[in-house]
Amino acid sequence: MRSTTPVQTASGDRPRLARHVRLRFDPARGQHVLLTPEAVTVLNGTGAAVLELCDGQRTVTGIVAELRGRYASVDDAEVRRFLDRLAARRCLELGDAEVGRA
Amino acid sequence: MRSAVDGAVDAPLGLLAELTYRCPLHCSYCSNPLDLAAYADELTTAEWRRVLAEARELGVLQLHLSGGEPLLRRDLAEIVQYAAELGLYTNLITSALGLTPRRAEQLLAAGLDHVQISLQADEAALSDRLAGTPSFERKLAAARLVKDLGWPLTLNVVLHRHNVDRIAGVLELAEQLEADRIELAHTQYYGWALRNRGGLLPSRAQLERAQGVVRAAHERLQGRMEVIYVLPDYHSRYPKPCMGGWGRRQLTVVPDGGVLPCPTAHTLPLPRASVREHPLRWIWERSPLFQRFRGTEWMPDPCRSCDRRELDFGGCRCQAFQLTGDAARTDPVCHLSPDHGLVAEAVAAADEAARRRDAVLTPRRPGAARHPGTTGPRA
Ligand code: SF4
Ligand code: SF4
Repeated sequence: MRSTTPVQTASGDRPRLARHVRLRFDPARGQHVLLTPEAVTVLNGTGAAVLELCDGQRTVTGIVAELRGRYASVDDAEVRRFLDRLAARRCLELGDAEVGRA
Repeated sequence: MRSAVDGAVDAPLGLLAELTYRCPLHCSYCSNPLDLAAYADELTTAEWRRVLAEARELGVLQLHLSGGEPLLRRDLAEIVQYAAELGLYTNLITSALGLTPRRAEQLLAAGLDHVQISLQADEAALSDRLAGTPSFERKLAAARLVKDLGWPLTLNVVLHRHNVDRIAGVLELAEQLEADRIELAHTQYYGWALRNRGGLLPSRAQLERAQGVVRAAHERLQGRMEVIYVLPDYHSRYPKPCMGGWGRRQLTVVPDGGVLPCPTAHTLPLPRASVREHPLRWIWERSPLFQRFRGTEWMPDPCRSCDRRELDFGGCRCQAFQLTGDAARTDPVCHLSPDHGLVAEAVAAADEAARRRDAVLTPRRPGAARHPGTTGPRA
């Protein structure tokens, strides 16, 4: 049994990696990985690009816009689902400076 | 997974470094080997550095520092720092005895990423009795220190007959300590725990109550604290996917440099492998020990023809050996195993014994296991 609460990121959220989470490039596998005490998540190129933009400054909208500048096709809903999943696993914190969040 | 036969073996993700089997606690559910003294010739700092460098090279990304009590190694901060330099994620699994402010600050400066503290119970008298030494207050102080220094706090609680009725209290304590995560895991019956199994197995009634408490806590603590509840495999229909498969994702290095696919595999009658004799890569990829139960080729029926064989890998080899004498049999925990009666009997006996509450537990202590061999320690 595991208590992962579904989380929905809002456009104004400013996600950043939780403090105990590390994003690293793994030369042995030639891929980026997300490290937590209990899991290793191997990321594809886009996943890593999204997380590198999660700096606690950019909003979700901002992140998607930035990605659109870099990649031909960026699916907004897909990026959000990816962020939702990581937030539910508490890998991401969803700070929002202006509005605040319960 | 690719099979070992075509020579391509996946790289391991995690290394469990059991730095020492020395420990100030005497938990009767400890899964360390019975012959603790046999591991006194511990790897030196230089040897650990070499092991970590080789592990990183092999593809390891996570380093779990455990024991025994890893804080008893004076070079712990040095080991952490080197691991951090290599880019390994470092996780300390500790009883917290010895986690003084000075020590904690050293570890933080060395780059330690995460700390897990074990708790025995929610109040001093029971906790100290289970740990075999006064330790409760010091654990709480250490847990607060972890939070103060900005680490997330994970608490580990091993459950058994004597504390499973206290889960509500434990969760309350975890809330007070502002834990970020709590792992409530039922005892796994290896080492000292297997020796004490009759006195540790909870009754079914206890388990049902516990599950109710955990379910309610999931609701109440949503978004504040992650609660992980690991069911006891003796009471499950299927076995646990032990280590995510033999020699597939994880490896363990024990205090004297022995390398194992899981921390209890020293109980199996298999050839040994040691970092003092071979490079880690050879051990992972080629040693007879790691090849023995890799993949699914070795499986007998019912596993061989079972749909779940890539999900649970036939369960735990150590448990199969401990209970049947044959490490290649289906884990008797599985209800499809021809040996399942062995587990069913132990579970039934626990229901009976829990009613009597008179079990004698042997606290782990060097030399306390008077009949080595009877529960399958290292030969
Ligand atoms: S289970 Fe208890 S005795 Fe065993 S290593 Fe952990 S703290 Fe020490
Ligand atoms: S028969 Fe083997 S593979 Fe199938 S569920 Fe049982 S242990 Fe797992």
